Order: sequence, then structure tokens, then C-alpha cells
Amino acid sequence: MAVALDAVVQLGQLLLVLALAPLLTGYVRRVKARLLRRQGPPLIQPYRDLYRLLRKEVVLAHTASWVFRVAPYLIFATTWVAAALVPTFASGLVFSYAADMIAIVALLGSARFMLALAALDVGTSFGGIGSSREMMIASLAEPAMLMVVFTLSLLAGSTQLSSIAAFMQGPGIGLRVSLALALVGLIMVAIAENARIPVDNPTTHLELTMVHEAMILEYSGRHLALIEAASHLKLLLYLSVVACVFVPLGIAASGQGPTAYLAALAVYVAKLAAGGFLLAVFETAIAKMRVFRVSDFLGAALMLGFLATLLLFVSRVA
Amino acid sequence: MDQLALDVAHMFAGGLVLVSFMLLYQDRMSGIVNIFALHALVVSLSVAWQAYIQLAPHLYITATIALVVKAIVIPVALHRIIVRLGIHRTIEPVVGVGLTMLAGIGLVALSIMVMLPITAEAGTLAREDLAFALSVILLGLLMMISRRNAVSQVIGFMSIENGLILAATGAKGMPLVVEISVAFSILIALIVIGIFLFRIRERFDSVDIHLLHEHRGEQP
Repeated sequence: MAVALDAVVQLGQLLLVLALAPLLTGYVRRVKARLLRRQGPPLIQPYRDLYRLLRKEVVLAHTASWVFRVAPYLIFATTWVAAALVPTFASGLVFSYAADMIAIVALLGSARFMLALAALDVGTSFGGIGSSREMMIASLAEPAMLMVVFTLSLLAGSTQLSSIAAFMQGPGIGLRVSLALALVGLIMVAIAENARIPVDNPTTHLELTMVHEAMILEYSGRHLALIEAASHLKLLLYLSVVACVFVPLGIAASGQGPTAYLAALAVYVAKLAAGGFLLAVFETAIAKMRVFRVSDFLGAALMLGFLATLLLFVSRVA
Repeated sequence: MDQLALDVAHMFAGGLVLVSFMLLYQDRMSGIVNIFALHALVVSLSVAWQAYIQLAPHLYITATIALVVKAIVIPVALHRIIVRLGIHRTIEPVVGVGLTMLAGIGLVALSIMVMLPITAEAGTLAREDLAFALSVILLGLLMMISRRNAVSQVIGFMSIENGLILAATGAKGMPLVVEISVAFSILIALIVIGIFLFRIRERFDSVDIHLLHEHRGEQP
């Protein structure tokens, strides 16, 4: 019975992230528009966009090979799996043994690899620029993310997100400077990975600055819809990881009743709303940096990750 | 309570190392001075916390001296100096921020690896403080050798002094008179350095110390 309930909740989580992700993107866009004193699109606009794109026919370039056609499905699938593995409102579910932080980093890394490959496939110059920049960002963002993961797993003694969240809720935490450094590093990585403002502008179509948009320029129809949905899911994923690891309050453990799950769901939505609001305020307050400054930005994130791990060894002795 | 006291001390000392990295990362003149004020503020908070947990009231005086002299007087004076030198809006050409950062990480790792084994008998608090203090000192030295501008070298020098204070308060029983004399010698150093800055500028129309190497006949 308990296993069946766990399976149902896991399935619900799988569908929940898919349903919530476009809403989160719409919410962030709306808050940003209101901060700029614009009316802004309605909250459900991303759903409408996805629906419209799904009905449109696909236009393929003559030079496109099967890689170009297969990539959107793979990108969407890997990102969805990664987002569904993060404990959003309930931890210790059926697949929680697979909800490993290194596995999630690897899933996202393969999605990025396929996107860069597909962008190179058609042979346009924008695709090439986009992939080369994306790889430059990734080569610094992934080590930084892994250093943050190492810090957390050295502290919690596990790389599983459920155990890390349980450890962070426990009393043995104390006040640790490593955790603060890891949080800042993770946020910087999340900003770079989601192509948010200081690194990349999600709304731009200016050739010289775009990274993510340059790679998906050739896509149309349902392929574009899948890639857009994957990028919505990625934003939700990073917010969920930050919420699950650093604000683990109110995550329901396995075996608590349906009421606990409902309460945890409400807390999760509140956390997402708060995170999205902070992201929008941050993006409005800061200017986009030059592409060649990005390595400094991510180098600082990498440095924070290293420092967090090093300081952990000092406090381990204590 | 004891664990919490240790955690707070750890947080301040670790924060000081982090601010040292911010000094290395910053390339605007007025930004560097502001971060140096933050550096001194963190040191004085750390010393005040040590005074509280070691029940050593004379350390409060040390904290006050650090706060007044290094977080207020010296930054204000440096701001005036860089405004008068006309370099308060310049961006210093820092070569290889990434490489400097990596070297800094290496220095922190080195000081932790050196300090933890040789202080095995000391208390945990003193061991942590010594490891962090050595990192702050080495990072200050790194800042002095990686910058070309004389003002940022001065700030690297003063951040070394902050590291020394951190080391001295972690170990119990530094006499107050030593701290007062150190604080005054730093103030006098600032005055002397300030005069020298203006002399260098009069002579070379710049405070880039690479010109001094050329003047001595060395190849930069």
C-alpha cells in the first residue's frame, strides 16, 4: 500500500514539474514586466505558445540530418527525467535512489551536448557561434556545479538529494560558511545554465550577444516547442534543487498521509513563487555582461565551490 | 552553545578569507577601497566575537581600534588619496583574474595543509584561526605581487596586517600594548606611503610601479 502510494506520488511529481514549468516561466516574465511598469503577458502565455508551436508544421533545412530531428526529443526527455528526480514536495519516493546529484548533472550535460550537436548540424554560422559559446560556459559551469555537489555530499555523507534534504532538516547542521559559499556558487551556476541575464538574455535576438537563442534559431514547430519546454523545465529544476537543499522546510517524507503531501505541495509552490520573484528582481537590477566576462563570472563560481570544499576540511577537524 | 560559538568564529574567519578573494577579484580603485573597509569590518567582528567567547575584555579594545582605524579612517584617507591622484574611476588592468584566483585557492590549500598538522596540540579554535590567518596573509602577499598599481599594493599590505590580527587573537594572550603599537605603526605607514605615492606621481605622472623598474634599468 505504502509502495503504491509512493509510486502514485512519484508519478504525480513527474506530471507536476511538467505542468508547473511553463507557469513558472510565465510568472518570472510577468514579474519582470511589472517591475519595468509594463503590463506583461498573462501567466498562461507560455502554455499558449507551446500549444501553438505544437500545431504548426516543422520546417527543416535541406542540410539537416537525423541528428537535428532526433535531438529535441532527447533533450526534452533527459531534462524532464532530471527535473522529475529532484524531490520537489516529497522525498524518499520510488525513484529516490536514482535522484543522485551527479546523475542530474550528467543528464543535463548530455542534454546540452545534444543541443550543441544539433546546432552545429545545419551548418549555419549562428548555430556554430551558439554552440561554441555554450561549450565555453559549460566547461566552467559544470566543474563549479560539481564542486558544490562535492561540498554538499561531504557534509551529508551522500550524493542523494533525499538524504541531503533530510540532513539539512536535521539538527547536526550548525552555522557553516561552506554552505553559504555553496549556495552562492549554485545560484551563479543556475543563472549561467538557464541563460538568465548577466550571462545571456532569454528575450534577445541580437546576433552578437545571444547564446541559447543562437543554437535554436533553425528550429520550428513541435521541435521548437519541445526545446522551449525543456528550457522551462531546466529553470524549474534549478529552483527546485536550491529549494530542496537550502530551504528544505516542509518537504513531506515517505509514508506521511495525503494531507501532508498536499501541505508540502502548497509550501513548494510558495517556495517557487518566492524564488521566481527574487530571480526577476535580480535580473531587472543587473546589466548583461560581455560574453568574454562570463569566464570571470563562472570562474568566481568555481572558486566559491573550491573554497567551500576546502573550508569544509578545516571544520571537519573540529 | 560551545558548538555554536565555534561555528560563528569559523564563519567570521572563513568570511575574512572570502573577502580577501573579493579583493583579488575587484579591479576598480574605489571598489578595492570599499572592500578593504569590509575586510577590516569582518576582522573587528571576528575579534569582538573572540573577546566574547574567550572572556577577554581587552580584545574589545583591539576590535574597536580595528573598526575605527582600519574600517573608517584608512578607507576615508585612501578615498581622498585616489581622488586627488585622479585614479578613482580607473579600472586597473589586472592580468589573468582566473589565474590569480587559482593561485589563491592553491595558497589556501597550502596554508590549511601546513597549519593543521603542526598545530595538532592546540585547541580547535586556535588551529582554525591560524590556518585562516595564514591564508589571509598569503592572499595579501599575492595581491601585492599581482598588482601594478601602488595603491592596490598598499591595500594588499594592510590586508596582511588584518591576517596577523586574526592569528594573534586566535592564540590567547596577546598584550594590548602590542596591538596598539601595531595599529599606530600601520597609521604611520599609511602616511608615509601616502607621501610616497604623491612623490612617485610627481616623478612619473603615474602610480604604475613598473615605471620604477624601468627607472632602475631593469627589464619589466
